[in-house]
Amino acid sequence: MDLNFLDFEQPISELEAKIEELRRVGFDNEINISEEITRLEEKSRKLTESIFSSLSAWQISQLSRHPQRLYTLDYVDLIFEDFHELHGDRGFADDPAIVGGLARLEQRPVMIIGHQKGRDTKEKIYRNFGMPRPEGYRKALRLMHLAERFHLPLLCFIDTPGAYPGIGAEERGQSEAIARNLAEMSKLKTSVICTVIGEGGSGGALAIGIGDRLLMLQYSTYSVISPEGCASILWKSADKAELAAEAMGITCERLEALGLIDEIVPEPLGGAHRDRGAAAGNLKAALIKHLDVLENELPEALIANRYQRLMQYGAYDETSLFS
Amino acid sequence: MTLSWFHKLVPSKIRTEASSKSTVPEGLWCKCPSCSAILYKAELERNLEVCPKCNHHMRINGRRRLHIFLDPENRREIGEALRPTDPLKFKDSKKYKDRLLQAQKVTGEKDALIVMHGALKNKPLVAAAFDFDFMGGSMGSVVGERFVRGVNVSLENRIPLVTFTASGGARMQESLLSLFQMAKTSAALARLADAGIPFISVMTDPTMGGVSASVAMLGDINIAEPNALIGFAGPRVIEQTVRETLPEGFQRSEFLQEHGAIDMIVDRRELRDRIACLLSMLTYVRQPAITLESVLETEPIEIETALPITLESRAHSEVE
Repeated sequence: MDLNFLDFEQPISELEAKIEELRRVGFDNEINISEEITRLEEKSRKLTESIFSSLSAWQISQLSRHPQRLYTLDYVDLIFEDFHELHGDRGFADDPAIVGGLARLEQRPVMIIGHQKGRDTKEKIYRNFGMPRPEGYRKALRLMHLAERFHLPLLCFIDTPGAYPGIGAEERGQSEAIARNLAEMSKLKTSVICTVIGEGGSGGALAIGIGDRLLMLQYSTYSVISPEGCASILWKSADKAELAAEAMGITCERLEALGLIDEIVPEPLGGAHRDRGAAAGNLKAALIKHLDVLENELPEALIANRYQRLMQYGAYDETSLFS
Repeated sequence: MTLSWFHKLVPSKIRTEASSKSTVPEGLWCKCPSCSAILYKAELERNLEVCPKCNHHMRINGRRRLHIFLDPENRREIGEALRPTDPLKFKDSKKYKDRLLQAQKVTGEKDALIVMHGALKNKPLVAAAFDFDFMGGSMGSVVGERFVRGVNVSLENRIPLVTFTASGGARMQESLLSLFQMAKTSAALARLADAGIPFISVMTDPTMGGVSASVAMLGDINIAEPNALIGFAGPRVIEQTVRETLPEGFQRSEFLQEHGAIDMIVDRRELRDRIACLLSMLTYVRQPAITLESVLETEPIEIETALPITLESRAHSEVE
C-alpha cells in the first residue's frame, strides 16, 4: 500500500509498515504469521478509528487536500456512465481547472460541473491546481444554461483552493465572472445539487455552488478564505493556519450546526481515498436520494424555495446588542 | 504649499500610500495623501473630498457618501435596527465582539453598509453605501441583510437602486455566513434585473474580493471613481502567486475600463448629474401614441384588448 500518510496519521503509518513487512517475511519464509498480521490489522483499524474520531479542523483541512483524494473526474468515473466532456466558454478559452459535461446517473441524464485538480506535477500545472480563471466560470455558466434549456438536473462538485489570483484572470474579469454565476444560479430553472468533495475555497467555490441542496463530504471543508490566508491577515502569520481553521469553523459539523448545509455524506474510515468505491457509493446514494425529491418539484417552486434558502443566510439581531 | 513644486517632481509611485487610508483628519488643514498639497479643510469638503490640486478622490465614509449623493429631503434609512452578532464566537488576536464594538465606536455606525430610501433630483430611489472605516467595509450578515432590504424597497416601489462600494471583501469573522452573503445579495439583484428595475453600481476605492465578485460587478451600468483599486484578488496576493511585478495602473479604474469591466469613470463631483441623467433614460417610458381618452372616444369596441396594455404602461410611467 502506498497511502501517503499525513503527519497526524504517523502511528497508523508505522503500524501499516510493520504489517507490510510481516507480509513480505511471511511470503519469503513460508512461516505462518497470518494470525499476527490479522491482529495487527485489527489494531491498525482501531487506531485509525480512534484518531479519526477526534480530528481537528486543521487535520480535516489536510485530509480535504490529501494528494490521493478523489477529484471530480474520479467521481465521474465511479458514479456516472456515458460521460461526454464539454469544453470551452465560446469566448476565450477552455479552462481545465473546471470540467463539465453530460452523463447518465443510472439512466437519467444530468449535467456535471466540477473543479478539477491534477494528480502529478504536470497535470497539477495543467489544471492550475484547481484554481479557475474567468473562462472556467463562463464555461460553467454556459453548461448551466444548457442544462436549464434541456431540463437536466445540474450536479456541481466543489474542490478548489479558490479562484486564480493572476494578472490575466483580473484582466478578463474574475469578479464579474463569479458574480454573474451567483446571480444566474439563483434563478436557474432546473434542480441543482452542489457537493463539496474536497476544498471549498471561497468565492471560487461559491461560483458553482448555489443550488437546491448543499452536501458536504465528511472530510471536506468550506470557508470564506483559506486557513493560511486568514492566518496571515488576522494573525499576521501563515503559521497560525491551525488556529484560523478552528476559528472559522470550516468543517461539515460546524457548518451543519450553523444550518448552512443539508447533508453530510459519510466517508470510509481514514478518508475517501482509503476506499474509493465506498466513497463514491455513498455520494451516489446521496445524489440519487435528493434528485428523486427535487425532480418532482416544478421549476417555479424550485426557484422560489432556492430564493428563500438564500435569503435566510445570515445571523443578525434586530434588537440592540452592541449599543 | 511651498514644497508643492518638489512633490510634482517626485513620481507618485515613490510616495507612500500608507497615509491614504486616513480619511479627512481633524483640524482646519489637511494634506492630500496623493500629492501632499496642504488643503483647507472647508474647501476640500466643498469639493467633496476631491483634491483640488491633483484630483485625487479621497476615501469618504458611507454616511457622507449618501449625504452628498441624495437630495437632502425625504431620506429614510433602511434596516438601521439590524445589529451584527458573533455566531462563531470568533477570536483571533482580538475577539470579533471587541472588533465590532471598536468599529462601532470609531464610526458611529452599527455595521459597514448604510442603505437609504431617498431621492435624486426629486426622483425616488434606493441608495446604499459601504463604510470602509467599519472593518474595511467587509460584508457580513448585516451588510447582506440591509442590502437585500434595500433591493426589496426598490422592487416594491419600482424605483432604481444605486450602490457605492468600498470594501475589502467578505468578513472573515463570520466565515461561511459572510461568503454566502455574496450569493444572497446577487440573488436579490437578479430579481431586480428580472423586474426591469435599473441598478447602477458605483465602485469607489477600494472594491475588492467578495464585494467586487458579487454586488459591485452586477450593475446594469458599472461606474468607477477615478483611480479606484478594483479587483478580485489583492495585488499583493497576485504578486506572490505569479512572482512578477504588476503592470503600472493594474486594477485601477482606468485599467478596468480598458479591459471592459466598467462602463465609465466619473468624477465624484459629477456623479449626481450623470446618474440622474442615466436613470432618467433607463426609466423613461414612451407615452403611448393613442391615449386612453382617444381610445375611449373613437374605438369603444376595442377597449377590452387595448385597455390592459395602455393602463399598465401608463401605470409604470406614473410610478415615482
